[in-house]
Amino acid sequence: MQRAPLITRFFRSVPISVGLYLFIVTGLVWLAFTGSQAMGYNWQWYRIPQYLYRLTDDGFEWGEIAVGLVKTLQLSSIAFLLALVLGLLVALLRLSGLVVGTGVAIVFLEIIRNTPLLVLLYLFYYVLGPVFGFNRYVASILCLGVFHAALISEIFRAGINAVAQGQWEAAKSIGMSTGQAYRYIVLPQSVRFMLPPMTGEVVHMVKSSAIVSVIAVAELTTIGRNIISDTYMSFEIWFTIAAVYMVVTLILSAGVSMVEKRYSTNS
Amino acid sequence: MPEAEPIISAVEIDKFFGTFQALKNVNLTVDQGERVVICGPSGSGKSTLIRCFNGLENHDAGQLVVDGIDVHADSKEIRALRQDVGMVFQQFNLFPHLTVLENLTIGPIKVRKISKVEAEERARKYLNRVHIPEQADKYPAQLSGGQQQRVAIARSLCMETRVMLFDEPTSALDPEMINEVLDVMVELANSGMTMVCVTHEMGFARKIADKMVFMEAGEIVEVAPPEKFFTKPDSARCRAFLDQILEH
Ligand SMILES: Nc1ncnc2c1ncn2[C@@H]1O[C@H](COP(=O)(O)OP(=O)(O)OP(=O)(O)O)[C@@H](O)[C@H]1O
Ligand SMILES: [Mg+2]
Repeated sequence: MQRAPLITRFFRSVPISVGLYLFIVTGLVWLAFTGSQAMGYNWQWYRIPQYLYRLTDDGFEWGEIAVGLVKTLQLSSIAFLLALVLGLLVALLRLSGLVVGTGVAIVFLEIIRNTPLLVLLYLFYYVLGPVFGFNRYVASILCLGVFHAALISEIFRAGINAVAQGQWEAAKSIGMSTGQAYRYIVLPQSVRFMLPPMTGEVVHMVKSSAIVSVIAVAELTTIGRNIISDTYMSFEIWFTIAAVYMVVTLILSAGVSMVEKRYSTNS
Repeated sequence: MPEAEPIISAVEIDKFFGTFQALKNVNLTVDQGERVVICGPSGSGKSTLIRCFNGLENHDAGQLVVDGIDVHADSKEIRALRQDVGMVFQQFNLFPHLTVLENLTIGPIKVRKISKVEAEERARKYLNRVHIPEQADKYPAQLSGGQQQRVAIARSLCMETRVMLFDEPTSALDPEMINEVLDVMVELANSGMTMVCVTHEMGFARKIADKMVFMEAGEIVEVAPPEKFFTKPDSARCRAFLDQILEH
């Protein structure tokens, strides 16, 4: 047995990575704790659970953070659907071979890629919003959708290009149109190439959706800010919010990697 | 339509890739029911020529009429044409995400718009014809090369085309699988299918060809019936080529 792979395997093994992770987290928590001691921070963790769920006289009730999480998931999934559709469209335009199509796609990509997400959000909310008459919620969805469409279109493009040229020729030679060749032959085969980077994009979307808190759209991060302005428990709340994001993205990654495994054994 | 109308008629075809001329003033006709075998050294333009016949490549000059359709770069009828001109590739190009049966039925169902039941019936008929009825539910990757190529032939047959083009259908195969594919092609030829075949299998060519074509450097150098082609071709270059490949 060689040395290098052994070390690699050691660091990749599940107990070791979990251990390492816990070690880092403990370190951070300890830093925060000692730091907060030094500044005389008053920890009030006991007040946190009520923001997750409450047991009242009427029975069980979800707390603000749980509600915020649902809002975040709603916002992210609608924006992700939009990004998928728009991303596919941009990828197809880019690959269309038409000068106009390719041009439009490249201009779109360059504009989006070279604009900070925050600026894009302000553009949608303060400029396009009043012009086209849509509210902050719609502005957020459009902004996130458009931003991620640019990233997703590149995933589509790479996935489509990864399918062998002979598949196009075979599809065309039995009389399929370009649309039919995409739909029945090329796209189904490119899914395998696109699944792993798409997973990353789902996680990325959930995280970047936090940015809409700057225009006060009700979601997880905004709700965190609101609770803090009422209670001044910034440490506890931010730790909790970060943990909630992390749990969600970890679950998403695990879910998609399961789908991936099933997909690769099927084909 | 008069009996004499050829199914493929190529007149003075030129084809360029950039500045490189891949086809030079090519003239060729293929009649209904005729079997044409094209051979020639690597890079002589054989693939390019037959790919022009179903519009996978577009010629730059000359006139090409296939199945009554004028083939050119922006022909609206190119899809109609492809439904009547089948093609079998060197690399099989089966659809790996579909079962054998689905490979055979997707064209008839989506392009020809026949019912699924009818398409499956048809697929089983042609799987029988290529002697692998038992492989219907497998995926292409589970088959041997020879079996894959026979599926590809059946896929083309399922479109019930009027002509079939073959681009070196056996040259990607292990030697022990070549004959099972050639046998299927001989049977196909005997059933009266119009065929244009790029191949270096001269035993097969002798058996089925009505017309032999030799190409070199983008030109058709020799066209002759097989008896003449194999014994006393007019061109010395053709003679030399045959000597070289028949030696082995
Ligand atoms: N898409 C392309 N772009 C540029 N050059 C090409 C292209 N396709 C073919 N060629 C060139 O055209 C010439 C003829 O190619 P073609 O594939 O028709 O030859 P061939 O007779 O089929 O050869 P082989 O026996 O190797 O298959 C070759 O020199 C090849 O390099
Ligand atoms: Mg070739």
